[in-house]
Amino acid sequence: MTVALHADIARLKRSNPEIFARPLLARLRDWSLWLVFLGLVAFALWWIDASPMRIFNGLSKLGMLVGLMIPPWPGDGFWDYCRAMLETIAMAFLGTVIAAVIAVPLGFLGAKNIVPNWLFHFTLRRFFDAFRGIDGLVWALIFVSAVGLGPFAGVLAIAVGDVMVLGKLFAEAIENVDKKPVDGVRASGGGGLHVVRLGVLPQVFPVMMSHVLYFFESNVRSATILGIVGAGGIGLQLSDRIRINNWQQAAFIILMILVTVAIIDAISRRIRARLV
Amino acid sequence: MSVLTPAGGLRASTTQQERLLSFEGRYRREQSTRLFWTLGYALLFFAALLASINASDFSLPGLVKGLPMAWNYIAGTLPKLSIATFGADMADWYWGLNYWLRLLLETILMGFAGTVLGGLLALALCFPASRNLVANGSVYFIARRTLEFCRTVPELVFALIFVFAFGLGPFAGVLAIAVHTAGSLGKLFAEVNENVDPRPIEGVRAAGGNWPMVMRLAVVPQALPNYASYLLLRFEINVRGASALGIVGAGGIGQDLYVAIRQFEYTDISAIMLLLIATTSVIDILCEFIRHRLIGHDLTGSA
Repeated sequence: MTVALHADIARLKRSNPEIFARPLLARLRDWSLWLVFLGLVAFALWWIDASPMRIFNGLSKLGMLVGLMIPPWPGDGFWDYCRAMLETIAMAFLGTVIAAVIAVPLGFLGAKNIVPNWLFHFTLRRFFDAFRGIDGLVWALIFVSAVGLGPFAGVLAIAVGDVMVLGKLFAEAIENVDKKPVDGVRASGGGGLHVVRLGVLPQVFPVMMSHVLYFFESNVRSATILGIVGAGGIGLQLSDRIRINNWQQAAFIILMILVTVAIIDAISRRIRARLV
Repeated sequence: MSVLTPAGGLRASTTQQERLLSFEGRYRREQSTRLFWTLGYALLFFAALLASINASDFSLPGLVKGLPMAWNYIAGTLPKLSIATFGADMADWYWGLNYWLRLLLETILMGFAGTVLGGLLALALCFPASRNLVANGSVYFIARRTLEFCRTVPELVFALIFVFAFGLGPFAGVLAIAVHTAGSLGKLFAEVNENVDPRPIEGVRAAGGNWPMVMRLAVVPQALPNYASYLLLRFEINVRGASALGIVGAGGIGQDLYVAIRQFEYTDISAIMLLLIATTSVIDILCEFIRHRLIGHDLTGSA
């Protein structure tokens, strides 16, 4: 039985080889792609100077740090941390609200079905895209230089960083609306403003709200570190504690961030589930 | 309907009127409860707004004064270019191009190495973190919590700690990116794993395969295109993130940007920012192209 089977397989292999073995060219291409990839990894590791000795030394130092962090202890700064945490959440909230308010008109301008001019649409969309490339922390750094230290710079950084992305998302939501209500409003004699208010807005409002909530959530995460460049909030406290080597308090602040982010996640998940 | 009942045309019509009345009453009640809730939420929103305005030292005069200042600052970073001396102006603006390109390459390499290392870690952790692949509850719990921890602690905090442990330079940055990437990719990979078709798993198990064989032969082949797609998305995000890590001394172009902003070298700021924007756009476009090649058009929507 088995012998016959093997013979069968051998015969099949001979009669149509392309099923059993991939063509040499395809195999060569795959192998060379893998080689290029591995070469890139090796080059990157060489560039960042990742020697085993260095890893070993760093790991032992890291172990020492973790030892210093235990147990996490707030010291006498507990209420200061709570205030800073509130400041962080306030920064995220205010920044998100400002970004959303500015992004609504931008979204309408960027939607193809509201402003049909091709050139305008293209320019505005590329403009939105370009600003995505800059990290929030870089914005924070710029605004700290422009308006001085403190949470106000953080609010501006979050607002400016988000406006473009929210504008793009809103524009996409508006482009995806069902055309029938719009035609209905127009057929019963509604003007441009009526179309937006009665035909488009009811459809896109839940989508926009869900985007805004999601951004608030992610802004709370990113606002926790804005203080590292001087934009106020819990990040300022954290970077201070790390700078003065107070690792117990640093660990406590990290735990505080974890708990706060988890709570905000849970709340906003609930609101989103009710909205959408 | 009620009009057709023979004996009580009058009675039926009153019922109809009563029904209309009761409907209107109900409608009004619904309206008012809705209004009540809307007002309640609006009130809650404004309370939160006021509280956050209070907590963040935000004031309208501050905004009115601050926005022109911020605008002047941003406008001040733009160089003076004139058509007559365009070449010289550009050369003056991008005086450090070679140096910046080197740093930019370092940033991209940091993003790349961090994504590869983090992806490997995520691949190792995603199988124990999938509900359908592990029978042991505590293994699942530990894997999930580990991923959550890696994901929630900000990348920059890891960078601060790693700079302390491994010294200044891109190595600490790569490690920070890798840890964060492992957390977020591990979760996404686990979700992919939980959605695979269970029949190949049963097939491998029935043919006598052990746990690693099941993962290798039944789960990975199904999930691989989605893994690759998420990995590419993460690479884009990581290059963007790597540009900020330099601010805490973890290498890359962020370090030079930080110096330029701190020392008010205005035109350098805009030059480096434009380079960053261009680089991230190019990487976005390239990754999208590769993603389309890898998984075709049917899966891009879900990714």
